[in-house]
Amino acid sequence: MAAEELKTGPLEYRTQEGQMGIMGFWIFLGAEVVLFSTLFATYAVLFGRTADAPHPGELFEPGIVLIMTFLLLTSSFTCGLAIHEMRRGSVKGLTIWMAITLALGLGFLGFEIYEFVHYAHEGATIQSSAFWSAFFILAGTHGLHVTLGIGWAILLLIQIKQRGLTNVTSRKFFIISLYWHFLDVIWIFIFTSVYLIGMVI
Amino acid sequence: MHITDILVTGEPIIYGAMVSMALVGIALFFLLTYFKKWGWLWREWLTTVDHKKIGVMYILSALLMLFRGGVDAMMMRVQLAFPDLGFLNSQHYNEIFTTHGTIMIIFMAMPFLIGLMNIIVPLQIGARDFAFPYLNALSFWSFFFGMALFNISFVIGGSPDAGWTSYTPLSGAAMSPGPGQNFYLMGLQLSGIGTLATGINLMVTILKMRAPGMKLFHMPIFTWSTLVTCFIIVFAFPILTVALALLTIDRIFGSQFFTLTGEGLPMMWANLFWMWGHPEVYIVILPAFGIFSEVIATFAKKRLFGYNVMVWSMIVIALLSFLVWVHHFFTMGAGAFVNSVFSISTMLIAVPTGVKIFNWLATLYKSKIEFTVPMLWSLAFIPSFILGGVTGVMLGMAAADYQFHNSYFLIAHFHYVLIAGTVFACFAGLVFWYPKMFGHKMNERLGKWAFWLFFFGFHVCFFPQYFLGLDGMPRRLFITNVVEWLPLNVISTVGAFGMGLGFIVFVYNVYYSFRYSERETTGDSWNGNGRTLEWATTTPVPYYNFATVPYVDEIDPYVRMKEEGKTTFEESKVKPIHMPSYTGQPFIMMAFLGLASFGLVFEWMYVAVFGLLGGVVMMIRRSFDYDDGYYVPVEEIKRTEKKARGL
Repeated sequence: MAAEELKTGPLEYRTQEGQMGIMGFWIFLGAEVVLFSTLFATYAVLFGRTADAPHPGELFEPGIVLIMTFLLLTSSFTCGLAIHEMRRGSVKGLTIWMAITLALGLGFLGFEIYEFVHYAHEGATIQSSAFWSAFFILAGTHGLHVTLGIGWAILLLIQIKQRGLTNVTSRKFFIISLYWHFLDVIWIFIFTSVYLIGMVI
Repeated sequence: MHITDILVTGEPIIYGAMVSMALVGIALFFLLTYFKKWGWLWREWLTTVDHKKIGVMYILSALLMLFRGGVDAMMMRVQLAFPDLGFLNSQHYNEIFTTHGTIMIIFMAMPFLIGLMNIIVPLQIGARDFAFPYLNALSFWSFFFGMALFNISFVIGGSPDAGWTSYTPLSGAAMSPGPGQNFYLMGLQLSGIGTLATGINLMVTILKMRAPGMKLFHMPIFTWSTLVTCFIIVFAFPILTVALALLTIDRIFGSQFFTLTGEGLPMMWANLFWMWGHPEVYIVILPAFGIFSEVIATFAKKRLFGYNVMVWSMIVIALLSFLVWVHHFFTMGAGAFVNSVFSISTMLIAVPTGVKIFNWLATLYKSKIEFTVPMLWSLAFIPSFILGGVTGVMLGMAAADYQFHNSYFLIAHFHYVLIAGTVFACFAGLVFWYPKMFGHKMNERLGKWAFWLFFFGFHVCFFPQYFLGLDGMPRRLFITNVVEWLPLNVISTVGAFGMGLGFIVFVYNVYYSFRYSERETTGDSWNGNGRTLEWATTTPVPYYNFATVPYVDEIDPYVRMKEEGKTTFEESKVKPIHMPSYTGQPFIMMAFLGLASFGLVFEWMYVAVFGLLGGVVMMIRRSFDYDDGYYVPVEEIKRTEKKARGL
C-alpha cells in the first residue's frame, strides 16, 4: 500500500487507498445492478400471477407514488449539493445538506411503509401470490437499501463532527453519495416498470 | 425442546462420525492447551490480514472438504457396487449425493482456487497485500462459517437431500420440511457473501496495485485468469444471492416464488440457479487454466505460446459463460427455437477452449520438458480434459441431450472436466507453489505415487460411467441391481478407491515433506526456472513481500531480472513499508452472522435477530475504526532481506 499523498484534486482521490476504495465501490455497485436486475426479471416473469389476491391496478395509486418519487429524486439532488459543499471544504454545508437528504429519505420510507401496510389491509401480502411476493421483495429490497443508507450516513455524520474533513472522511461521504444516487436510479426503474405499468395494465 | 429433536439419531454411520468428530475436537483442544498454543492461534491466524496466511487457511479448509466430499463419494460408490448390502438407505443416499456435490463445488473447488489466488496473485503483480486486507479476512471467515454451518447439518438437524441443484418444488417447504434444506440455503448464502467480496477485492488489487510499468498485457497468465474469474464472480454471484434469498423467504416466511400454490413458478428456480451455476463452472475452470499455463511454461522452459490469444480466449469464454444456462435443462420444454439458440452458444464455447488446448501443445512443442510432479498433473490434464470437453459438446446438442439427460453419461462428463480440470489444477498449483508457502518442496517420489494412483483411479472410476450412461443408468439412483450395470459399477468403485488412496498418499506427503524435505535456500525454487515475480521474492516470503518493487515492462519479467542480476532488494531504494494491522473483528463479525444463519436454519427468530444485531454492532465498530496500520522501518527490512539472501 502506497501512502503517498497527492497535493491537488479532490480530497477523496488523493491517496491510493481512497482511489481503491472508490473503485471497489463502483464494482460493488456493478454487483448491485445484477442483484436488482435479477429481482426485476423475477418480477417481470411473475407479473400477472396474482392468484386470488387483488390486481395491482386495483391497488396502485398514482398520488402516493408520485410523492415518494418526488422525495427521493429531491434527496438525490440535495445529496449532490452535500458533496459539492464537501468539495468546497465546508463541513457545515455538507452536514446540513446531508441531513436534508436523510430527512427526505426518511419521508420516502414513511410513505413506503404506509403503502405496504395499506396493501396488506387490502389482502395483498408477501404470502398471497407469486406476483405480490415479487412486488414486495423488489420494492422491499430497495426500501431496505434506503434504510441501511440512512443508518450508514448517520454514522458518517458523527464521524465528520469528530474528525472534520480528511482524506478518509471525504472518501466515505463520496462513496455514500454514489450509493444514494444509485438507489435513486433503481427507484426510477421501479416507478416506471412496476408502478406505471402496473397501473396501466 | 429435547436434544433428540435436533440431533440426527438412528444411523450407525452418523453415530460413528459424531464420535470421531468429538474425539478430534477433544484432541485438538487438548493439544492446543498442552502446548499453550491458544494465544498463538489467535494472534497468528484468527486475527491475520496477511494474504499469504489467509490463503493457507483457505487451502487447509479446502483439503479438509476434499476429504469430507471424498468420503461421501466413497460411500455412494460402495452402495452402487454392492446394492444388496443395504449399506445406505435411500434417505441417507439422497443426503450424501447432495452434500457431496455442494461441498465439492462451493467448499472445495472455489476455496482451493481462491486460496491459491490469495497467496500468488499479489506476489505475481508486485503488491504488498490485497487492496482491502480487512475485507479479505472477512471473506475468509464468511466462507469458513458458511462451511461449518453446512457441515454440521449431518449431525444436527439432518442434511439437505434435494441435490446440489436444490430444484423446486422438491426443495420447497411443502415437500422438504425441516431444517435440512435451510442448511443448504444459509450455508451457501453466508459463504457467497465472502466470494463476492473476494471478487471485488482481487479485481481492485489487480487493477490498481500492479508493479510500476506493468500493463494489463504484461500480467502473468494466472493473474489474468484471476481477473477474468473475478469479473464472472461479480456478475454471477448476486444472482445466486437473490435465488437463495427468494427460496429462503419462500420456506421461512411463506412467499410464493417457487411454490405450486399461489401461481408460483418452480421452473424459475432452475433458470436462476443456472444463470449463476453455469458461470460458476467457469469460475472454477478458468483459474485452473491459468495454473496449467504457468506450470507448462515453467517446465517447458519457454514463454507461453500465444499469450495474447490465451487472454482473449479467456475473456470470450467468460462472456459466453453467461449465455448458455438453458443447456442444463433442455428437456424442461423451452421449445425448439430456444433450445437451438442455447445449443449453438454452448458449442461455441468449445472454440476458445480448443484454442487454449492448441496453445498449450504449441508451448510444449520442441521444448525440453522437465517431468516434475506439477508438470505431470498438467500434462495429464490435457488429454483427460479433452475427453470431458468433447462429451460436453455431445451433451450440448439439444436433440441428443434428450438421450443423455440425467444419465451417468452426464455424471462422467462433468467429473471429467471438474476433476481433470479443477482438481488436477489444485494439486498442480499446490505442489508448484508449495515452496513459496512453506519454505520446502513436497517430496517428488511420493508426489508421483499420489499422481499415478489418482490419475489411474480417476479414469478407472469415471470412464466406465460414460457407458453406464449410454446403457441407461440414471443419476442419483439408489438401487442399481440391474445385472447389466453391475460389472461397470464395480470397476468404477475400484477406481474411486484408487483416487482415495492417491489422496491419502498426497496428505501423507505433506507430513513427510514437513519432516524430511530439504529447506529452500533460494526463492527460485524450481531449478531456477521461475519466470514471474513470485519467484523473485525470498523463501519463505517476508510478510511485506517485496523490499523494493521492480519496474516491469514485459511478460515473464523475472527471466530478464536474473540475466541482469537484479533482485527485489535494491538496498539504496528501500523505504518504510506501510502495512495493515491484524484485527479480530472479521472473525467476530462473521461468527455473529454465522449464529444468525444458524438461528434461521431452525427458524429460531430470537437467535437470528441476536446474531444479526451482533453483526451490525461489529459493522458500526468497523465504521468508527480509523486504525491506519503501521510502517515497517527500513532497518528491519534490510536486516530481514540480508538474512534471507545470505548477504
